[in-house]
Amino acid sequence: MAWWRSISSKKFFWPFIALLFLLVFNLFFTPHFFRVEVKEGHLYGNVIDILKNGAPIMILAIGLTLVIATKGIDISVGSVVAVSAGVVAMLIGGDLHGVPKNPIWYAMVVAVLVCIAAGLWNGMLVSRIGMQPIIATLILFVAGRGIAMVTTNAMVVWLYAKPFALLGQGYVFGLPFSIYIVVVLLIITTLFTRRTAMGMFIEAVGINPKAARFAGINAKNILLGVYAFSGFCAGISGLVVCSTVMSADGNNAGLGYELDAILAVVLGGTSLNGGKYYLVGSIIGALIVETLTTTIYAFGVPPEISRVVKAIVVWGMCLLQSSKFRSMIAGAFTKKELSV
Amino acid sequence: MKSRVGLDPRHYPTLVTIGLFVLMFGLGSVSFPGFFSIQNFLNLFIDNSYLIIIAVGMTLVIISGGIDLSVGSMLALSTMLSSSLVEKSHWNPALVIVVVLATGVSLGLFMGFLIQTFDLPPFIVTLAGLYLARGLCYVISLFTIGIQNGFWQNMAHAQINLIGDNFISPSVVIAVVMLLAGMFISRSTKFGRTVYAIGGNEQSAILMGLPVARTKILLYAFSGFCAALAGIVFTFYTLSGYALNGQGMELDTIACVVIGGTLLTGGVGSVLGTLFGVFIYGTIQVLIVFQGTLNSWWTRIAIGFLVFVFCVLQRIFDRNRGGKEKKGETSSKAEGLQAAG
Repeated sequence: MAWWRSISSKKFFWPFIALLFLLVFNLFFTPHFFRVEVKEGHLYGNVIDILKNGAPIMILAIGLTLVIATKGIDISVGSVVAVSAGVVAMLIGGDLHGVPKNPIWYAMVVAVLVCIAAGLWNGMLVSRIGMQPIIATLILFVAGRGIAMVTTNAMVVWLYAKPFALLGQGYVFGLPFSIYIVVVLLIITTLFTRRTAMGMFIEAVGINPKAARFAGINAKNILLGVYAFSGFCAGISGLVVCSTVMSADGNNAGLGYELDAILAVVLGGTSLNGGKYYLVGSIIGALIVETLTTTIYAFGVPPEISRVVKAIVVWGMCLLQSSKFRSMIAGAFTKKELSV
Repeated sequence: MKSRVGLDPRHYPTLVTIGLFVLMFGLGSVSFPGFFSIQNFLNLFIDNSYLIIIAVGMTLVIISGGIDLSVGSMLALSTMLSSSLVEKSHWNPALVIVVVLATGVSLGLFMGFLIQTFDLPPFIVTLAGLYLARGLCYVISLFTIGIQNGFWQNMAHAQINLIGDNFISPSVVIAVVMLLAGMFISRSTKFGRTVYAIGGNEQSAILMGLPVARTKILLYAFSGFCAALAGIVFTFYTLSGYALNGQGMELDTIACVVIGGTLLTGGVGSVLGTLFGVFIYGTIQVLIVFQGTLNSWWTRIAIGFLVFVFCVLQRIFDRNRGGKEKKGETSSKAEGLQAAG
């Protein structure tokens, strides 16, 4: 069973099996789950919805994967999403005829730059002051929503500028536009970290920052870079979120996203203890979270209760990834074989 | 030579916290007429009694180097359970309180068991606990449940008179008892000293023969107990149960604990410091109310800023102490050993 061992030891194997299991479950128990219709040239269906609704979390998860690989964490991403949405909404303006105050590209660039600045702030605290990542990002987590409320004057801003809707609601070649953003971001990130030594540097910093420094890696700037990148991803995600609902709500935009995104990364096989990371795994993790939610909706369970199921799945996934648990199960089986 | 008055550098953050609280309260008293009164000080206790109770449990968990993100939704679950059992099932209040507290303890025990037995990160396990408790709230009811029960009404309206016209509520008594219990547990019991040892270096604590596994599991049970109790106190305050209660409270609590001088790396901190952390949190809110023109979301920016200042202060104290660097090294080594083993 060497092939089985070599496949099952791959990190993305277990999350992939979990996703497959969910999909097979739906194949049998949810009628029309895989039905995709063509309406007005767009594809419609549960599967497409999963891709579309999961996009903001997937974008966040890409940035967070690198942060978590350095043994860090960024819990400010949800608030930064709100900041991004707030900035872009204020710059475009709520003109009823859809005439933007500033060019849309300008608004988007400024919003993303603000978010990169937020990421740099997190990175400075972690790399230069030496704060613990969870507490350094807790600051923006708490203050970020306040800042988002300041930018929007504590009001929900509604947008009517049509071209901006493309980001979150548009379709290209029948598929949601947001999914292309995810794919492009994933490819660029993978190329940049895997085709250069950058990925190895990031993992080295996560495994042992001191050893990494002795090996000549500028650990401080790598840390600064990954947090800035996480801020960048949160900015893009905020644009998609804002465009999907065409409004910016400082209180609710991106609320709880940090937890979903961290969940996606962990489900994808990247350990919170830093080191090896799996970008594709994180995307699969985000898909698991979104598929689960959609499945629960399809069963007519009130969406709020979905959290109970989510919790149980998280615990289950954690156990599957725990080497202690696996060896315990394996131990139980071998004992049985021996006694027979 | 260390003097017994507590000039150990580890106490500096707590002293800074107390000093800052006095400064803020003093500033408020100078700026706003009617701000300075004993009753206004007592109101800090009255309005934040549930936060104090949660923060006691959280302080101990953080001192051990862990974290408990489930407390906010555990509080909500506790308000939902008590209101529905009292109002819909008409149970005896005493029985309800016992059941609610038992629920908190069992959820804590379960999470502690997962964290300890399977070596899972507390962050993720308690994050799932957050989802679970919040989801269970909605299983009970999607709407607010008001409480008309006599016992609850009495607790809500009861006032315990102190000197002069000043009063406190029964919730304050519960909070103070929990606070004293937390201080006693952390300073004078074997359990408490083990908690500090685990936070200092878990590997060493195991090698010293301390009951690390049992302590860690009980710690999360204690935090669950605190959160459930805080939920009951919260119902005394609002006389209702609502599934959205306490959203984001876990991070507010962590902020209070950090402002109170507890290090998130574990091993250093005090329950007394946390009390002043909560006081500062409460004073900011009162100051913003008195100021009048600022919206309540400025509280969040102010809290964020304070957490920043305190973290920087802690780093400066650590560097001056000089020993921290070594400690960080050994603990990361210990973690490396664990990861390898």
